[in-house]
Amino acid sequence: MAYSNEARQHYLNEISGIKQAGLFKEERYIHAPQDAEIDVEFPAGAPPKHVINLCSNNYLGLSSHPEVLAAAHKGLDHRGYGMSSVRFICGTQDIHRQLENKLTEFLGTEDTLLFPSCMDANAGVFEAVLNDLDVIIADRLVHASIIDGMRLCKAMQDSYKHSDMEHLEEKLQEHQDKRFRMIVTDGVFSMDGDLAKMDEIVALGEKYNALVFSDESHSSGFMGKTGRGVHEHCGVLGKMDIITTTLGKALGGASGGCVSGRRELVEMCRQRARPYLFSNSVAPVIVYGALKVMEIVSASTERRDKLERNTIHWRKRLTEAGFDIKPGEGSIVPVMLYNAKLAQDIARDLFREGIYVVGFFFPVVPKGQARIRTQLSAAHEIEQLDRAAGAFIKIGGKYKILGKSKKEIIELYGM
Amino acid sequence: MNDIKKIVRDYVIREYLEEEDDRIVENDTPLISGGIVDSFSMVSLKRFLEKKYQISIPDADASPEAFDSVNKIAELVQRFANK
Repeated sequence: MAYSNEARQHYLNEISGIKQAGLFKEERYIHAPQDAEIDVEFPAGAPPKHVINLCSNNYLGLSSHPEVLAAAHKGLDHRGYGMSSVRFICGTQDIHRQLENKLTEFLGTEDTLLFPSCMDANAGVFEAVLNDLDVIIADRLVHASIIDGMRLCKAMQDSYKHSDMEHLEEKLQEHQDKRFRMIVTDGVFSMDGDLAKMDEIVALGEKYNALVFSDESHSSGFMGKTGRGVHEHCGVLGKMDIITTTLGKALGGASGGCVSGRRELVEMCRQRARPYLFSNSVAPVIVYGALKVMEIVSASTERRDKLERNTIHWRKRLTEAGFDIKPGEGSIVPVMLYNAKLAQDIARDLFREGIYVVGFFFPVVPKGQARIRTQLSAAHEIEQLDRAAGAFIKIGGKYKILGKSKKEIIELYGM
Repeated sequence: MNDIKKIVRDYVIREYLEEEDDRIVENDTPLISGGIVDSFSMVSLKRFLEKKYQISIPDADASPEAFDSVNKIAELVQRFANK
């Protein structure tokens, strides 16, 4: 037997270390389709509890939308369950290309290539288009999948302070000797919920001859007047060199992602991006569902407008109640608590009150920046948000944090 | 040695602390385990040291442990400067 007692003990110790560090992650079993209210079994074995869901990426409420479900059923009937192939052998159907064309049109780019996920898109894109003659200059708060992708690439890596345009400009000046420079950012930053200064980034890209890359996973479908993303919001639609995004959040929430952008860069991904080359095609059922999602978001801004109203309402309620929230306009609204245990305790108490949220702390966010991340959806009704705000106020009162500044919360609970 | 420490400390403050960040960086302040520098942005520090002191630090030696304080970084620089 190769799995010796020594090996078993080693992994048991590792797991124990993760638990002692307070970093052990547990899944919660949901006994319902994804929605504004769900039934959650937690801890495992407990009877499912009916809760308001404030932690999904179901921004447009399309994850269980009847028209999307019907389209997915149709996809199953017309194009089967799976492709049993990578794209370039016998895994590309007409619908894959249709979806890529729809995404190109929607994102305002030149071409698009589907990946099994945006994690895969980010893992593959840098290596496909850059090499050791080049430099990647990334915002320090970009998503983990981008960091993994950059590590797989031979280009020099550098970073700039979060959204600090002066620091970015210094780095662009420093790297003028490189063949290509690529500025890399998230459109909406997943932990803080703030938006990249995309207009300024694009201007710097033009000034210093640098490509601009943005991961729009937390904005595609709803940021900007017609939901194209942060590039639309900032008035630079059509000026992005590479966009990566996901079908796993606002755009249906199932799975799949893409690289979209300059035609030649997308073609390089088709030729060289390993997660594309060595993974199965996105399943037809998901492609059909996503085509319907693209139809819905292209036909009307009704859902993104409702999400915007919900976001404004939620931010106002929490601010008026005296919570310390990260300012901004995004639909990710972090409630700052600074102390990891406090974030966990409040999330637990809120769950008992019927509100499902999760506490985040180091190393997911910087030390001393523990928080509860709330996320809004077009599936939420104002009445549900008011109920959730009531529970937040009750629990916030219990922990005496309402109206308290960062300094005062840290004085009470430490960092 | 003290010159190296001052130069490294000044660089860390300038490169990694945000404007509103009021943390104080001493020579023994944990940088990586303390969450001031993460392993991703550590590469700019390595490149700064290599350029400033005309040295080459192999990746195997540029570990998070070796970069975890101004004191440790200064030791590392001196070790490679003497090679």
